[in-house]
Amino acid sequence: MAHSTVGVIFSNVHDENIPELSRHRTMASVPFGGRYRLIDFALSNMVNSGITTVGIVTKNNYQSLIDHLGSGKEWDLARKDGGIILLPPYSDETDKPYTTRLEALMSITGFLNHRKEDYVVISDCDGIAHMDIADIVRFHEEKGADITMVYHEEKIPCESSYFITLEPDKRSGRVKGLKINPNDLRKGKKYNLYVNVMVMSREFLVGTIQDAVTRGFSSFGRDILTKNVDTLKIYGYDFKGYYAGVNSMEDYYRHSMELLDRKVRDELFGNRDIYTKVRDSAPSKYLEGAVVRNTLVSDGCVVEGTVENCILFRGVKVGKGSVIRNSVIMQDSVIGENVTLDCVITDKNVVIRDKRNLAGCAELPYFISKGRML
Amino acid sequence: MLRKKECVAMLLAGGQGSRLYALTNNIAKPAVAFGAKYRIIDFPLSNCINSGIDTVGVLTQYEPLELNEYIGNGQPWDLDRAFGGVHILSPYQAKKKQSWFEGTANAIYQNMSFMKRYDPDYVLILGGDHIYKMDYAEMLRAHKATGADCTIAALEVPLSDASRFGILNTNPDGSIYQFEEKPKVPKSNLASMGIYIFTAEKLFKYLEADDADPNSEKDFGKNILPAMLNAGEKMFSYRFKGYWKDVGTIASLWESNMDLLGRDPVFDVGDHDWKIHSRNPLAPPEYIGPTAVVENSMIALGCEIEGTVVHSVLSSNVVVEEGATVRDAVLMAGTVVKRGAVVEYCVVDENVVIEEGAHVGEPREADTGIAVLGRNITVAAGAKVKGGNIIDKDYKGE
Repeated sequence: MAHSTVGVIFSNVHDENIPELSRHRTMASVPFGGRYRLIDFALSNMVNSGITTVGIVTKNNYQSLIDHLGSGKEWDLARKDGGIILLPPYSDETDKPYTTRLEALMSITGFLNHRKEDYVVISDCDGIAHMDIADIVRFHEEKGADITMVYHEEKIPCESSYFITLEPDKRSGRVKGLKINPNDLRKGKKYNLYVNVMVMSREFLVGTIQDAVTRGFSSFGRDILTKNVDTLKIYGYDFKGYYAGVNSMEDYYRHSMELLDRKVRDELFGNRDIYTKVRDSAPSKYLEGAVVRNTLVSDGCVVEGTVENCILFRGVKVGKGSVIRNSVIMQDSVIGENVTLDCVITDKNVVIRDKRNLAGCAELPYFISKGRML
Repeated sequence: MLRKKECVAMLLAGGQGSRLYALTNNIAKPAVAFGAKYRIIDFPLSNCINSGIDTVGVLTQYEPLELNEYIGNGQPWDLDRAFGGVHILSPYQAKKKQSWFEGTANAIYQNMSFMKRYDPDYVLILGGDHIYKMDYAEMLRAHKATGADCTIAALEVPLSDASRFGILNTNPDGSIYQFEEKPKVPKSNLASMGIYIFTAEKLFKYLEADDADPNSEKDFGKNILPAMLNAGEKMFSYRFKGYWKDVGTIASLWESNMDLLGRDPVFDVGDHDWKIHSRNPLAPPEYIGPTAVVENSMIALGCEIEGTVVHSVLSSNVVVEEGATVRDAVLMAGTVVKRGAVVEYCVVDENVVIEEGAHVGEPREADTGIAVLGRNITVAAGAKVKGGNIIDKDYKGE
C-alpha cells in the first residue's frame, strides 16, 4: 500500500518556533536526541512504511539540510526512480518564492504530476513520533476520505504559534469542525491538535492545487480546509503514541529530557530504525574518574567529568572536574575543566573554557549559539 | 575515465584464525568484532582509502558469508566505485581447473586476471589480521624512490619474540640481503608485517613461476620472497614505527581492545586525521542509567547500562542490568548481562545472555586466563565459567 505513496516533507515550516536553533538552519535540520536531526523522524517513518520517494520542500537556509541528506543513501533513498528529491523554491520575473504552504504546493505541481503513486503523505518536521504511515494510508482508503489529518490529544501550545484543532466524530472519525488558532481554548485542557501530517490521493491534491490557482487562493488552512469542512470528506486519524511537538525552546528542552525515560525511548527507537547521517565517529570513551548518570551519550564523546540528566551529541568532550547537569550539549562542543553547567543548551561547536559557571532553568534553558566560545 | 590504476591492493582475508577458537566458529577472522564498533578488516580497508588506494580485492575462503555481507558494496569505506572499489574474490571454478586457494601466493595467483583488469604498476599485498594505522602511499613513495621490485613493511620487535616472525636481515640502506621465516636464532629483530608492495610485472612473473613449481608451498614468506631474493631482485625494507598488533590470539585481541582506553590511549581510533571507517550500527545513543558506574571504558551506540562497567569495551546494543558488574571485559554486540551477574577478564561474542547471578571469568590478578564465550549462547543463572575456559554452547555450570 505504502509503495503507492509518495512523501512530501516541508523543511522550513515552523522555523519561527525555535529561532535560536533555526537561525542558520531549517527546522528539518535542527539537531535532536544526540545524533539525529528533526527530519530523520519524519523520513524514517516514511521509509519504514515502504515509501521510496520523498520530495523535500525547502525555502531558506537549507545548506545544512543538503549536507545532512547527501544522496539519501543513509535512508536507503538513493534510488534510480525517486528517492530523495530536493524541491528548492521556484521563482522568476513574475513569480516570487512561495510564502504559504499552498503556494509551496503550487510550486511543486510538476513533481506531483510526474509521480505515479496513488497517495501523497505531507509531513512537517516539528513533530517527533513513531508513526506508521502505511496504517494512516490504510485508514484513508477505508474511509474513502478526501483528506486524512493526523491528530494527537494534547494541551495547546504557547499562544504565538500556529495550530489547528479538529473536532472529529467519535465513531466515524469524520471531521465536523476545524479551527485555526482558536482563542476560546482553556490552558491546561487537552484538545485534538493536528500534528501536521496529512494524506490525500495524488489526484485530489493536484486537482485542489489547480483549483486554488484559478481562484487565487493562498492559504491551505483557511481557503481549503476551514471553508470546506462540510463538503469535503476530511477524516481525523487519532495518533495515540508518544508525540513530541516542538513549538518553542521550552518544548525542545522538555522533549529532549523526555528521552531519558525508557518508555519514550522504547516507543521512538524500539523495534525499528531511525536513520541518520553517519560520520564514522569512534565509540564514546569514559575516562578514569568519570561519573555519568541518567544520560544519553552519542558516539565520539570523551567524558572525564560528571554528567547527570543530559543529552550529549556526537563528539562532545567533558573535562575533568566539570559537573554538567540537566543540559543538552550539541555536536563537537568542548566543555573544559571544572566547569559547572545546569539547564544549558549549547548549539554545535561551542567551547566553554575552564571554571565557567552557567545555569538556566527548565522553563528557560540557557542557550549558547553555534560556534561561540565562552 | 582512465582505465588504469597505479596501485591495486589485494587483501588476504581467507584465514580461519583457529587461535581465536569460539570467536571464529562461523566467521572469518577479519570479520571479528574489535573496539566496540569495528571489525578487524576495517583497519586495512580504512588504511587503503586514507592512502588513496581505491581498488581492493578481498580474498575470502573460510566462512565468508558474514564478511561478504559486512563489506557489501564497500560504501562505508567509500570503496563503491564505478571503476575500482572493493571486490570480494572467492575461489571459483574455471574452464581448465578448479581449486581452493592453496597458500597466500596461490590465492593471489588465482586472481591474476582481476589485478590485470586495472593494468596496475604496483600491487599491495595485505593481511586481515592486524590492528594498525599506516599510510601505504608513503610506503609506495619509498618503493618508487629505491627502485625496488619488492618492498616489505617491517618493524622492530623484541628480540625474544623475533622467532615468531619472518625476519629481514638488511644492509644499512634498507635493502634486504636475507629473509628468514621464523628463524630459531634470529640475526635481527626487524620483523616482516606481511605487507608487501610489488612492482606488478615482477609479481606476475614470480607468481607464474611459483605456480609451475610442484614443490612450492605457494606461500609469500616461504616461496615468493626467497625466490626473488635468490634471483637478485631489488628488495627493500620499509620501516614502520607505530602501533601494530596481530590480534590472532584471544590474549592479543583482548589486549588490543584495552589499548584503546584512557585519555592518551596506546592506540587512538578517534584520530580525525586518519578515520577508521566502518559499517555503522543503526542505534540510538547509548543510555547510562541513574545507578550506573562507567569508568575507563569504551561504549558503543545502543547500549543500556544500569550496572557497573570498568575497564571494558562494549559493542553496540549491549545491556548491563542494575547490580551487574563488567570488569576487564570485551563484550560484543547485543550481549545481555543480567542483574547481579559478574563478567570479568573475558571476551564475550555477540548476542550472549548471561543470566542473573552468573559469574563469567575470574579476576585478572588470579592469572587463570581469559574466559571466552561464543556467540548466541546462554549462561544459566548462577552458573560459573572459570577463567581461561572457552564455552561455545549453552552453559548451565559444571
